[in-house]
Amino acid sequence: MATVDIDLPHVKDHDHDPHHHGPAKGLGRWLFTTNHKDIGSMYLIFSLCMFLIGGLMALVIRAELFQPGLQLVEPEFFNQMTTMHGLIMVFGAVMPAFVGLANWMIPMMIGAPDMALPRMNNWSFWILPFAFLILLSSLLMEGGAPNFGWTFYAPLSTTYGPPSTTFFIFGVHIMGVSSIMGAINIIATILNLRAPGMTLMKMPLFVWTWLITAFLLIAVMPVLAGVVTMMLMDIHFGTSFFNAAGGGDPVLFQHVFWFFGHPEVYIMILPAFGIVSEIIPTFARKRLFGYPSMVYAVASIALLSFIVWAHHMFTVGMPLVGEVFFMFATMLIAVPTGVKVFNWVATMFRGSMTFETPMLFALAFVVLFTIGGLSGLMLAIAPVDFQYHDTYFVVAHFHYVLVPGAVFGIMAGVYYWLPKWTGHVLNESLGKFHFWMSFVGVNITFFPMHFVGLAGMPRRIPDYALQFADFNSIASVGAFIFGLSQLIFVYNIIHNARVGEKATAQVWDGAHGLEWTVPSPAPYHTFSTPPKVD
Amino acid sequence: MTKALLALGLSLAGSSAMADWQVNLNRGVTEISNAVFDLHMLIFWICVVIGVGVFGVMFYSIFMHRKSKGAQAAHFHENTTVEVVWTVIPFLILIGMAIPATGTLMDMYDTSEADVDIQVTGYQWKWRYQYLDEDIDFFSNMSTPREEIYNEAGKNPNYLLEVDNPLVIPAGKKVRFLITANDVIHSWWVPHFAVKKDAIPGFINESWVRVDEPGVYRGQCTELCGKDHGFMPVVVEVKPQAEYEAWVAAQKAKQAALADAASQSYSIDELIATGEGVYQRVCAACHAPNGGGVPGAFPAITGSAIATGPIADHINIVANGKSGTAMQAFKEQLSAVDLAAVVTYQRNRLGNAVGDFVNPSDIQNY
Amino acid sequence: MRDAKQANTRVVVRLGVTAVLMFGFGFALVPLYEVFCDITGLNGKNFGRGDVAALEVDRSRTVKVQFVSTNPETMPWEFKPVERSMRIFPGETHQTAYFAANPTSQWMVAQAVPSVTPAEAAQYLTKINCFCFDRQPLDAGASQEMPMVFVVSPELPAHISTITVSYALYDITASEPVALQDKTKTGSQLL
Repeated sequence: MATVDIDLPHVKDHDHDPHHHGPAKGLGRWLFTTNHKDIGSMYLIFSLCMFLIGGLMALVIRAELFQPGLQLVEPEFFNQMTTMHGLIMVFGAVMPAFVGLANWMIPMMIGAPDMALPRMNNWSFWILPFAFLILLSSLLMEGGAPNFGWTFYAPLSTTYGPPSTTFFIFGVHIMGVSSIMGAINIIATILNLRAPGMTLMKMPLFVWTWLITAFLLIAVMPVLAGVVTMMLMDIHFGTSFFNAAGGGDPVLFQHVFWFFGHPEVYIMILPAFGIVSEIIPTFARKRLFGYPSMVYAVASIALLSFIVWAHHMFTVGMPLVGEVFFMFATMLIAVPTGVKVFNWVATMFRGSMTFETPMLFALAFVVLFTIGGLSGLMLAIAPVDFQYHDTYFVVAHFHYVLVPGAVFGIMAGVYYWLPKWTGHVLNESLGKFHFWMSFVGVNITFFPMHFVGLAGMPRRIPDYALQFADFNSIASVGAFIFGLSQLIFVYNIIHNARVGEKATAQVWDGAHGLEWTVPSPAPYHTFSTPPKVD
Repeated sequence: MTKALLALGLSLAGSSAMADWQVNLNRGVTEISNAVFDLHMLIFWICVVIGVGVFGVMFYSIFMHRKSKGAQAAHFHENTTVEVVWTVIPFLILIGMAIPATGTLMDMYDTSEADVDIQVTGYQWKWRYQYLDEDIDFFSNMSTPREEIYNEAGKNPNYLLEVDNPLVIPAGKKVRFLITANDVIHSWWVPHFAVKKDAIPGFINESWVRVDEPGVYRGQCTELCGKDHGFMPVVVEVKPQAEYEAWVAAQKAKQAALADAASQSYSIDELIATGEGVYQRVCAACHAPNGGGVPGAFPAITGSAIATGPIADHINIVANGKSGTAMQAFKEQLSAVDLAAVVTYQRNRLGNAVGDFVNPSDIQNY
Repeated sequence: MRDAKQANTRVVVRLGVTAVLMFGFGFALVPLYEVFCDITGLNGKNFGRGDVAALEVDRSRTVKVQFVSTNPETMPWEFKPVERSMRIFPGETHQTAYFAANPTSQWMVAQAVPSVTPAEAAQYLTKINCFCFDRQPLDAGASQEMPMVFVVSPELPAHISTITVSYALYDITASEPVALQDKTKTGSQLL
């Protein structure tokens, strides 16, 4: 990977603890590093690459959908693009970015010298590029890349899947192992390496959300591994888990998949809750409102995520009782989610707010995530879901929670913490420009999708009826605005991480927490002697 | 190049003339779809009110409590009463939503006896409709020409939402759909009926509709089912009872005529002429209009061992399909005449020149 | 430092075991789902089978039982119900049949997979005897009527007035032992 040798400034930092050596030189440093900061950087850079690749695929999709008719790609390739876009964004962009942030920030936030299991940390990162190399290489295979959607419903993905499905399964296994190792590491770090006095209920919310996310990962990533293993057996070893011909049941696939899939949705949003809960108090200059209720809310969202999975399957023909149960359970999630939003708003209320780039992203997160949450509440209503299910309304909903939700959360975190990592402040004007372009782009892209979805446009189609044309053109324009504006982000990071204005230790004048007590850039080794927390 | 530009212009003109700016659900034409629409609007307005409330406070803070206006941060960071209130109130709102939602759901699960039962089977990529109490059984393929899809011709108003044989149901009667699939999971959706049900291979689902207003209602497959998922529309024609009965009679007459046609003999040229139409309608989606197939996914017809080998094998594979592949058994989908014609066409066109042909009467044995 | 190491090992072991257990749980969902479907009739597949004690016949109402068939994938057999529907009293035992014909020039074996809708009705429908219990071999060009004996429980909820029984017929010739595939004789005693 050519991108890993970006010269992060802490490389040059030699003048702290004499017992530790600085990083090794050259490629070996990155291959063999066990330093949480190095590994965090690698995760983040990897995730950025995946975000750009997945984004290019999204642009292929939007370009094809710019107008009715088939212009640029054939339906087979279109299906490969939707599938790969989903897989790469979920497993390659959002999840590794959160793990990268966790690697960088959790030890510094709880006063630990490093992650609890540094060697495993190295492995869990380095197997990830191989998983995605396998996945991406399937684009060049005969029969093409996986084309059955990121949800890979059987039997489309088993009996009718392309030959590359086997490689896809191996890829999923590897990224699953990586996630599980990462999660174990994070839990061990949080449970065992907190500085004296850092009780659980004193931990920053980002640490809390990650602790809960890590438990979710350990609970459901193995189930995903199980379901792809069953697929593998159906394809190659003649079993019939999901094949009706041999006594299996294709609907069983969906139950097992969504048992993983719904908690997975929260895996992609809980750490973003944590990031936003760090940023809003800083820029409102006021303590987070309702800290304990925030923790309980996250925990209850995580628990509820295990009993709502079948709301993704309202149309498979469940009996009435099933529909009613999953409808009620899903609606319940609105309560803790609401509590979180109210707490953020109450934190801002009567604060002393300023609007630097991280805060702008965090505010956009609150507004746009809430819009996605409200459309989620609409989707929970089973009888109406029959009209929404598998239309662009669903696409609009989950992109609102994932793009201005998870992705904006990550970007807010990067703008917020990057000065700590590099010692340089990002360019504020460029940051604001990036924010406003992204904000406008996101809404132009995804808001009209609500309309076409309600009007009746199914998702995952390469061509559509004429009445959907106008809003689709608008969405495509928005997608290109959003996509291109990410280049500002890339430039801002790469350029200003080296030459930007020097950052102070506290960086933001309202920032509190252990991570702001170490110099900027953070030395290669921090908290070799644990700090004392009162 | 000029041709491409012209096509682009045509399609843009076509689309802007036809496009509308619909932003909401269709109210639909059944009691259920109306109930669903009302429920949708109710939930929507509740969400709007919640949104306005939350964002109102947020934007008030953003404008009033900013540092640049000299705002000093307050020190409160918890308030049990407020926190209990904003946990309990959403809960009550949810109960208010759940009650009407459950009511509508129960209406949808009405299992009283229907007047007409129709088995709906999803195939890659078409629908099959079988009327249980009549001898009516037909496939419904999208009829939008390829030229329109590839922007070589202007798009008609029902672009992608038109089929050769629509489903016909009587107005004012309870029609029950028994939904299943032949290969992968499909989903049968007609927005105006608020009916969407997955078609699952090996399993059967049911749904029902009572439409009072005659008319043509259009929908699409809504579960990703492979390459042509976007090209398998659902068209339902609701006819008044008398017209429906006339249609049933006509269908039966048509089937008799087909049986009669199958006993005739045809010349090779007649078969090729018919076969070309059948090929473009049924086979071209996978094997490509020129017979070239899709490398790696669907084999070519041109020069293929089957299309140029013994005719019996060729007929067998077209009639009975090939298990474990996307090649379906076309025996049930095509009439004997069409089968004979398409086999003859494939052997003598698309770059093949075997020179033999088969008559419909010989097809019966496969 | 040693304590920290031990604590880490403990966490790794516990979480590692949890992950392995959850992997197993993914597979355990398969039988759990069966049990769950048995109880709730979730997938419309799990009905009673085998003999039932004589039931009291409920003559106060009738239930319409419909029979449908599908030949999924590329099953070339002709396969259809002999009777499309019958009106029965709950509690009465009835017999009907499906007709199957193998038009190909090969010996083939089929397996019928049943499904019932509404799913709620599945648990009230008992199949005393059904061709779907066994593999169904047919010689090239042969045909046969395959019987099915069933009873609908009088406890069937009043709101269910129509039950549809569907069979999907799958070609399982390829999964037969090679020795059998060579045989040309109809082997109804093969099991």
